[in-house]
Amino acid sequence: MAKVLDNPRPTLKERAAKLGGQIQGSQAWNSIFRPGSIFRKGYTDSPRNRSYVIMNSVLYHLHPVKVKRHAVKVSYTLCLGGLSFFLFIILTVTGIFLMFFYRPTGANAWQDIQTLQTSITFGLLVRNMHRWGAHLMVLSVFLHMARVFYHGAYKPPREFNWVIGVVLLTLTLLLSFTGYLLPWDQLALWAVTVGTNMMGYTPVLGSQVRFVLLGGVEIGSDTLLRWYVLHVLMLPFVIVIFMAIHFWRVRKDGGISGPL
Amino acid sequence: MTEIPEHLLKRAQAARDKAAGASSDAAGAAGESRIPDELLDRTKAASSGGVAVAEKGGALATAVGGGVPVGAGPGGHTQRLLTVVKSGSIQEAKSAPIDKVHTWPHLLAVEFVAGLAVTAFLFLFSWFVNAPLMHAADFNKTPNPSKAPWYFLGLQELLTMFHPMIAGVTLPGMALVALVLAPYLDRNSSNKPEDRKFMFSMMTLFLMFWAVLVIIGSFFRGPGFNFTFPWRDGIFFEL
Repeated sequence: MAKVLDNPRPTLKERAAKLGGQIQGSQAWNSIFRPGSIFRKGYTDSPRNRSYVIMNSVLYHLHPVKVKRHAVKVSYTLCLGGLSFFLFIILTVTGIFLMFFYRPTGANAWQDIQTLQTSITFGLLVRNMHRWGAHLMVLSVFLHMARVFYHGAYKPPREFNWVIGVVLLTLTLLLSFTGYLLPWDQLALWAVTVGTNMMGYTPVLGSQVRFVLLGGVEIGSDTLLRWYVLHVLMLPFVIVIFMAIHFWRVRKDGGISGPL
Repeated sequence: MTEIPEHLLKRAQAARDKAAGASSDAAGAAGESRIPDELLDRTKAASSGGVAVAEKGGALATAVGGGVPVGAGPGGHTQRLLTVVKSGSIQEAKSAPIDKVHTWPHLLAVEFVAGLAVTAFLFLFSWFVNAPLMHAADFNKTPNPSKAPWYFLGLQELLTMFHPMIAGVTLPGMALVALVLAPYLDRNSSNKPEDRKFMFSMMTLFLMFWAVLVIIGSFFRGPGFNFTFPWRDGIFFEL
């Protein structure tokens, strides 16, 4: 009887804790979670581990280990640059979903969107998120530019990063504009007609540029294919390169600007 | 004992003579010396104590067979204070340390919350408001009015006032070039708002110019892109 009391059967909680310890101490676990990970055994909130969290994560090491104290104030940046990037990620994810259900031909495009909205689970919701997210991204990129200007953050040594930022703004507008045509409804067709007619008035190259972009003298099925490729492949490819330079330059130019 | 070269011995002897000759007036001239008083005092204290040590050491050294090392200074010192260099004069002082915090958790937490908030907003907005999908594209039916996407409505508004080349190419082109050149044209290095009144006004004018044009183009233009009031004729605007 005494023996039983000395060695009671481990409770469920104790066994779970033991199992957890065994898993966390295993070679497989420690090969996945690098030192400093909050999932590792014996994680403590120490300056060393705070640094490791950033250094040992492929995502977080976009950031430096330490940042200026004023830079983490929401009232300084309003998170606008970061949110523009975050919206770009949301748009990529929702955009990939939409690509599964869309064919960029004059005969199919509109019908595919109609089917997506009426017959596909979450199709309407994802399309809404893609469209509203796109408008939001144009807005946040624009506001980000205004914020940077009013803080004088384009001044040396950040002049060139401002120039890259203007390129990113233009690319954002082009991405939005190329996506505008893809639903192939009356709104898309005629909005893009108005937009591209203006392009034709560029001196010297106007009509040639317009011909190349439209794949003909007027908007048609060929335009749809061209703008689709521009929208889902070429412009994202280019904008990702410029974003990489933009973020890299932010760090190389000494972190974000300020304080005022 | 190591052989000391002839010329070094001579130089040490000369220094000793000079020190012996100068020691009488050195005490008087200590006030003019560039060596701080407290260091001189410390040296004196050390040399007076050092004699005793040197005598003891000397006795020991004699026993061993050396005596006071040849070339030692007054009081048996083998080193002398040549000069005192104050720390500020040769160390390159870096600028004041920057007040920094760890990215984790201070920045990542803020970013996480901001991302979450935007996701929630976008999700809820998309849940309740549907994106427009009109009738399939029809080349034979031009809607009235036909409007560009909202961010180009400023240009379309300019189109009502200027030749298409000016409104569609020259003005937006100039705006882009002005934006690109802004950091190179602005020679004012301050980032304080009170020092930048001119650039502040220019940018505000620039932004207001486009904002007003976009708002007019979006809400105050009806059929035929003619001027309307949204509260009288309704809104002719799709996102």
